[in-house]
Amino acid sequence: MSQNSIAFVAEGQIPPSPPPANAVGPVKWIKDNLFATITDSILTILSIAFLVWLAASALPWFIDSSWTPEEMSLKGCRAEASGACFAVIVERFWQFIFGFYPVESYWRPALAFVLLIVAFWPVLFESAPRQILVLTAIYPAVAYWLIWGGTIWGPILVVAGPVVGWAIHKFGSDLFNQIIGDAFGPILSLVASVLAVILWWLFIVVPVDGALSSVLNIGLAGVESSLLGGFLLSLIIGVTGIVASLPLGIALALGRQSKLFIIKTISVGFIEFIRGVPLITLLFVASTLLNYFLPPGTDFDIILRVCIMVTLFAAAYMAEVIRGGIAALPKGQYEAADAMGLTYWQAQQLIILPQALKISIPNIVSNFIGLFKDTVLVIIIGLLDPLGLSTAIRADAAWNGVFTELYLFVGLFFFIFCFGMSRYSMYLERKLATDHR
Amino acid sequence: MSVTATAPPPESFRLSQLVYDTRYRGMTIQIVALFALMLAFAWLISNAIANLEALGKDFDFGFLFSTSGYDVNQRLLEYSSQSTHGRAAVMGILNTLVLALVGCITATFLGVLAGVARLSKNWIVSRLMTVYVEAFRNVPVLLWIIIVVAVVNETLPAPREFRGQETGAIIFTNRGFYFPEVLFSRGLGDWDLEGSFIHRRLVFLAVAALVFFMLRGVLINLTKTLFKNVKADSWLASAVQFIVVSIIVSVIFRMMGFQSFEFPPFKISLDLIVIVAVLGTGLFISKKIGAWADAQQASTGSRPNVLWYRLGVVFLPVILVLIVLGFHFGYAELKGFNFRGGTYVRDSFIALWIALSLYTGAFIAEAVRAGIQSVSKGQTEAAFALGIQPGRTMSLVILPQALRVIVPPLISQYLNLTKNSSLAIAVGYMDATGTLGGITLNQTGREMETILLLMAFYLVVSLTISFFMNLYNERTKLKER
Repeated sequence: MSQNSIAFVAEGQIPPSPPPANAVGPVKWIKDNLFATITDSILTILSIAFLVWLAASALPWFIDSSWTPEEMSLKGCRAEASGACFAVIVERFWQFIFGFYPVESYWRPALAFVLLIVAFWPVLFESAPRQILVLTAIYPAVAYWLIWGGTIWGPILVVAGPVVGWAIHKFGSDLFNQIIGDAFGPILSLVASVLAVILWWLFIVVPVDGALSSVLNIGLAGVESSLLGGFLLSLIIGVTGIVASLPLGIALALGRQSKLFIIKTISVGFIEFIRGVPLITLLFVASTLLNYFLPPGTDFDIILRVCIMVTLFAAAYMAEVIRGGIAALPKGQYEAADAMGLTYWQAQQLIILPQALKISIPNIVSNFIGLFKDTVLVIIIGLLDPLGLSTAIRADAAWNGVFTELYLFVGLFFFIFCFGMSRYSMYLERKLATDHR
Repeated sequence: MSVTATAPPPESFRLSQLVYDTRYRGMTIQIVALFALMLAFAWLISNAIANLEALGKDFDFGFLFSTSGYDVNQRLLEYSSQSTHGRAAVMGILNTLVLALVGCITATFLGVLAGVARLSKNWIVSRLMTVYVEAFRNVPVLLWIIIVVAVVNETLPAPREFRGQETGAIIFTNRGFYFPEVLFSRGLGDWDLEGSFIHRRLVFLAVAALVFFMLRGVLINLTKTLFKNVKADSWLASAVQFIVVSIIVSVIFRMMGFQSFEFPPFKISLDLIVIVAVLGTGLFISKKIGAWADAQQASTGSRPNVLWYRLGVVFLPVILVLIVLGFHFGYAELKGFNFRGGTYVRDSFIALWIALSLYTGAFIAEAVRAGIQSVSKGQTEAAFALGIQPGRTMSLVILPQALRVIVPPLISQYLNLTKNSSLAIAVGYMDATGTLGGITLNQTGREMETILLLMAFYLVVSLTISFFMNLYNERTKLKER
């Protein structure tokens, strides 16, 4: 009876058998991601067919391309290869970047661009040394001087304006308090310093600049605005618009959310008007109409005029985006700020705007991207942006008939910049995501 | 604010309170802002007057009624180079509106398709759609327009290459596309409104209706404040408001001397009127049948099958009318160097249409994707747990919630498309910018007037679209406390 009747007893675990071949590795991946259902399979096959067709029609064109033919012209390209003629990009590369800027002065816009990156560094990344912010503050004047040239006194005097205002406010406020009394002293001192800055810019800068320049002519050779072009022009207009539209947009958004009826009406009217018309009409205004609304005899630079209109245009869109961010905040935030006894500006600065701006970062950046793309519209009022330059290059007999290569190059440039901006916004979103969701 | 127990005695008011007291500060700021604004406007306007005087120009819209002398290459109404600048502007405006309309429709299709496909589990399809969206979102629309124009002109055959070939119903050439044209062999002809009683009234009524709809919100508020116990948005009140607006408009017309203006020739095809009338009646009866079926279902529980009746009521009369009128297609034929007959659509229009649709479609795709993703997964799971089928889950649970997120950006993309259509000027399509802001501006040299009119046109379009958007938003927004 003691004999065991069980024939087999497992003494260990059976080793796991490998999964079936179609449930692991690439086969499973393909099955799950490409051929999950019949519809999926059809779509996959169609997509692959499309890609094959695209490659078959575009690849030979790319491979059989000519970069440096013996004769730098379309004819030279055709003699060498039947595909793309990238020689036009090789030959006109610097023109695409600087337009018709004098060749011997290329270093000036290039330096301005390097300084631009340095100036943006402390704004974009917190790890940068704070001292660079001084450069950021004076950068607009530096860049203007580098690109347009002229004597150094003009930009210095313009930068000196706010310094004068600050000095008046700092050292004059006691004097004001003594003369007028404590009630109106501080506010009058503030008004006086702002007025002083404006008066300085309006009446002092030009004559003093002339006098100083005639005495001590330090500076760079002047460059006409009509010579600026290419990506340099796009960057000038784009960066000016981006930098100037953000504060203006914030102000307009606050104005639109304000309880003060007149301020609100003005903001709404401005925003809706600008958003209701295409940028082209505003550029027409810049090119033909703006001079009508300025004192007779005023004639200032077309690029500056375009920058102003582009900034106003972008600011209206920016205002709407930021308003969206402000509106997305729960009411409790306002009520808490009121309960803490914060004033309007304290509440905006410490509670509302930091959160509202954080929420609206993706939209702010996509606004920036839109603005940067819109800079090519200046071709319509005759400025030589990259697209305008492609037309100018085609007007040259040597390159008559080159289309695709030029447009591809311009498109690639914009794609790299805009795609970079959108990736940066994603980085910022991740970095600022401090709430727990 | 109501915490203040006692108001300060009036004699204690000091001037400094205007700045430091929150009760008065708002008023001070507003008055200062108003004065600054008025000063700025006065400055701008006085500058403009001085500048115009210095140039010997005046501010006058009379040029709209003088002969234009240029041709508009795509026209939806009668137009020749002998017509007025005003009529040229109308042609341009119609061209803009047509382009915007068809562009919005195709962009929506493309965008919804791409947005859904981008969320697809199919790896290759979602990647392809990502590439499409990123490529179009990060490259200027003007560049796309120019590229598409180049592609259309380079890849399609020229009309002369069709010589000796059998041409189909639709012909694609690099000068444009030819579609069959609708003709009536026993047509009723046109209804010439020129100089008739209705003609002037039609223009007047159109203006009055436009003003009425644009001021609707204001009118309702006004009625509410003036007459406390009147339902301000009822039909009767609306009718009274419309009459009041019409009277005001007619007074303004009279004051501006519109009675003496020559109105442009205006003809309506009687065939079109008859067909639209028959179709409208059919749709109305069909709706009534549907309502009757609903009532039957509600009272008896079983729904009579009325689908065929409804379709028949709509389509049979229309087909009958078409046969009576002798409906047939007219095909384009190659005569000389170009095609004649058929409905001709210019290459620039086609290229703009494609480019704007693709470009705006990429943005709409993002809006659609964001909308669908904004509906939490729990909603789908809850619907499945209730036993609702996937199709109905989409239409009854996901879409209504997603639409709230999708529609506002969708409408603003429509606005963007409309405004981007002004880039037509770069490829020679005569839209409002090309006529009014282009040739008319250059010929008459009246920058101020033409650009103001152009801006006013785009503003009216934008405000009309955002009016409907605000209505929608009001209706669907989540109610907070």
